[in-house]
Amino acid sequence: MKKILFYIPLIFSLIFMSCEKDNYDAPSARLYGKLVYQGEAIHVEAHEVTFQLWEPGWQLSNSIQVDVNQDGEYSAMLFPSTYKLIIPSHQGPFRNITNTETQSDTIIVNLGGNKEMDIEVEPYYMIRNAQFSQSGGTVSASFGLEQIITDEDAKSIERVNLYINTTQFVDVQSKINSAEVAGGDIADLSSVTMSVTVPETRIDQSYVYARVGVKMAGVEDMIFTAVQKIDL
Amino acid sequence: MKKFILIALIILAVMPGCNDEEFLDREPTSLLLDEQLWQDESLVFSLVSDLYWRINDYQSVKSWWEYTNFDEAFASNAGDYWRHRDLWDYGYDWWRLWDYGYMRELNLFIQKCEAADETVITSKARFLAEGRFIRATLYFEMVKRMGGVPLILEPLTYDFSGDPSYLQYPRAKEHEVYDFILSELDDIKADLPNDVNVKSRATQGLVLAMKSRVALYAASIAKYGANTPEVTLPDGEVGISSSMANAYYQTAFDAAEELIGTGPYSLYNKKENLSENFARLFQDKSNNPEVIFAKDYVQSMNNEESNPWTLVNQPWGEAEDLEGGRLNPSLNLAQLFEKVDNTYEPFQTNAEDGDWIYYDDPMDIFKDRDARLAGTIMLPGSTFKGKPVDIWAGFMLADGSVISSDKFGDTGSLPGKDVDEQVVGKDGPIDGLEWGAQTGFYVRKFMDEATGSGQRGVKSDVWWVRYRLAEVYLNAAEAAFELGHPDVAATYMNTVRTRAGLTIPLDQSDISFDRIVNERKVELAFEGHELWDMKRWRLAHQVWNGEAVDLSTNIGVADEIQTRVFGLWPYKYYDENGSENNYKYVFKVVKPSNVIASHRFRMGNYYSSISDGVINSNPLIVRNPNHN
Repeated sequence: MKKILFYIPLIFSLIFMSCEKDNYDAPSARLYGKLVYQGEAIHVEAHEVTFQLWEPGWQLSNSIQVDVNQDGEYSAMLFPSTYKLIIPSHQGPFRNITNTETQSDTIIVNLGGNKEMDIEVEPYYMIRNAQFSQSGGTVSASFGLEQIITDEDAKSIERVNLYINTTQFVDVQSKINSAEVAGGDIADLSSVTMSVTVPETRIDQSYVYARVGVKMAGVEDMIFTAVQKIDL
Repeated sequence: MKKFILIALIILAVMPGCNDEEFLDREPTSLLLDEQLWQDESLVFSLVSDLYWRINDYQSVKSWWEYTNFDEAFASNAGDYWRHRDLWDYGYDWWRLWDYGYMRELNLFIQKCEAADETVITSKARFLAEGRFIRATLYFEMVKRMGGVPLILEPLTYDFSGDPSYLQYPRAKEHEVYDFILSELDDIKADLPNDVNVKSRATQGLVLAMKSRVALYAASIAKYGANTPEVTLPDGEVGISSSMANAYYQTAFDAAEELIGTGPYSLYNKKENLSENFARLFQDKSNNPEVIFAKDYVQSMNNEESNPWTLVNQPWGEAEDLEGGRLNPSLNLAQLFEKVDNTYEPFQTNAEDGDWIYYDDPMDIFKDRDARLAGTIMLPGSTFKGKPVDIWAGFMLADGSVISSDKFGDTGSLPGKDVDEQVVGKDGPIDGLEWGAQTGFYVRKFMDEATGSGQRGVKSDVWWVRYRLAEVYLNAAEAAFELGHPDVAATYMNTVRTRAGLTIPLDQSDISFDRIVNERKVELAFEGHELWDMKRWRLAHQVWNGEAVDLSTNIGVADEIQTRVFGLWPYKYYDENGSENNYKYVFKVVKPSNVIASHRFRMGNYYSSISDGVINSNPLIVRNPNHN
């Protein structure tokens, strides 16, 4: 008797598993790529920069939010369709480039299957030639800052930070130490050096991750260099 | 046969005279119709009280957990640890309020009340004023969360024509909503009583208190909004021109001064012990001269009509039921309370040579502080309901190691001793063990000292104070300061501070923006002000900026980073070789292990996002800044 009681739910679940009514296909098309400026990836803070995908044609519209990773890459599993891609104007350390097809910041995405698409944007600044080094428990970075947008949208640099952390996620919220220099204190944008000490009390491993971030005045998101692993 | 026809005819003749109205057309016995309601004053009164009851609060005695999202407190409850562990960024939909259902009911009430017969409903004018007051309150709740919202002042009805576009209203400018609230308050004032004993209904005093708060909010958004130009919309739905700041500050000041000068209210001063006096201020419901407006509760099984604050926050060691201890005020908050000589100072845990400072009594470290400290926060070594609050984390041995336990009030053995003894307080703190004082503190404000208030079947009848006179003093002080009269500001601040035992007056050179911010934080902690204050001063994105920092030692600085909460744990000292300091108390600053995330308030949090559903049904609505 007990055995039968045990099998009944099992049989039911087997029957209903194949019920077609409530089984939709999973989204099958993968849209992926990265944010780039002239082919170079824009590095940002993890999950802080997002963009929206809108699928026109439905009665009610809700956007699909896509997060951008630290290294500027994104990826979303979607149903094949035509989407409108919009990067909201306040997102990211960059401004949008007018799309030639729509004459606005909207990008039309025709998604039939998997598709790789890099999104070209125009950052306010780029961090060039970042070099990291380490000696005696101090991490140093040298880099140049190139101002890309110089027209009326130009932004001044509020501050530059060198962050270090024990994991690959390195930003203002995830750090064990940071060095900071105010934008006004930078004499030569083309050659900046900073250093930060590794706090021994907060680390029990032989390496740290480091990267440099730039905060622009009036722009919420920072632009970063690639994360660099540094052996101590 | 003829007889039958005759009978049939008679029956037919009688039936039409059957009284339909009594027989079939009965009035419902389970609900009241509109026309019945407006014939009876006491029914209208219950309608108004329902509308009062539904006034929105974000943080209140009903929602202790909302106090733990920022820097005032730690949530000592396993289900709420995420607020410290996983809450990195506040969602854009936090604090969203778009309640046009309630608004429609208020508009319906106002419309029907206007049409009511004054000879039947004798207090028609007062009811009408109350309806308009509650509507103004709802607009205030919405504007401080969402910015400018559609100003809808009559009940809207759909005509089923297939075209709903006449029901679609665009958002009003942010300052228009503030102006509307202020003008409503002016309009209704004369119709309300001026009675200090009316606490849960609108009064003239309440109108003035609310006016000073509303105008102060508008003024500071105008002034400090200039620091965050990204938090504005081009058509003014969000953002107020800085040129309007002074006029709003003046309105705020005038309203506050009128209430302080001519109102029947005074600061609560019934107890000699100033800390006790401050705690009693929130519990004393008989002839309380300070409270202006409160949501009242009774002791009851019923969760809706009783106040659970004491039940959920009572000291666990002496709890009257099987729960307690949830809200633990942070050290970040505790150290904001000044010393009686008007200086800021972190609590002294270590001597200059690095050795502990040994205190005979755990209360000694809190000596000579603002009386509001012990009135707001339950300190280790204090008492509640006549019973000691037993907060100490264990024995600190001479070599720096700790003997404790993972059970509240547990016993253990000390080195060199044969007999076991208690090694940790009955209230903890034990790191990660819920309902203990994990920051070393419990909350005192709004805690009910009545027996039974900590029982699930009884709970507390302490009211939720929404407006009280001390806030009005601080509103006046802030407005005066911003208008360039620091001397006036000092006078008003000193009145409030004297009641708290800070008897050395501040003079006008002491008054600064930082002082005003700090005064509001300590006076109004756990009264639901912090978020709105930090928003209107545009300090939120600086104070909660996501950066993981240690406990600030720069006390009293308004824009100091406070992204994580800290605690202060007492230990008993023990040296097995014998020491004069044995069993004295030492203190240690700790970060509870569940505090991992550092909170970040982004620009897009200044005004909550409007849901896609609202925008789908009304394309005239523009999104808030940083949401599109």
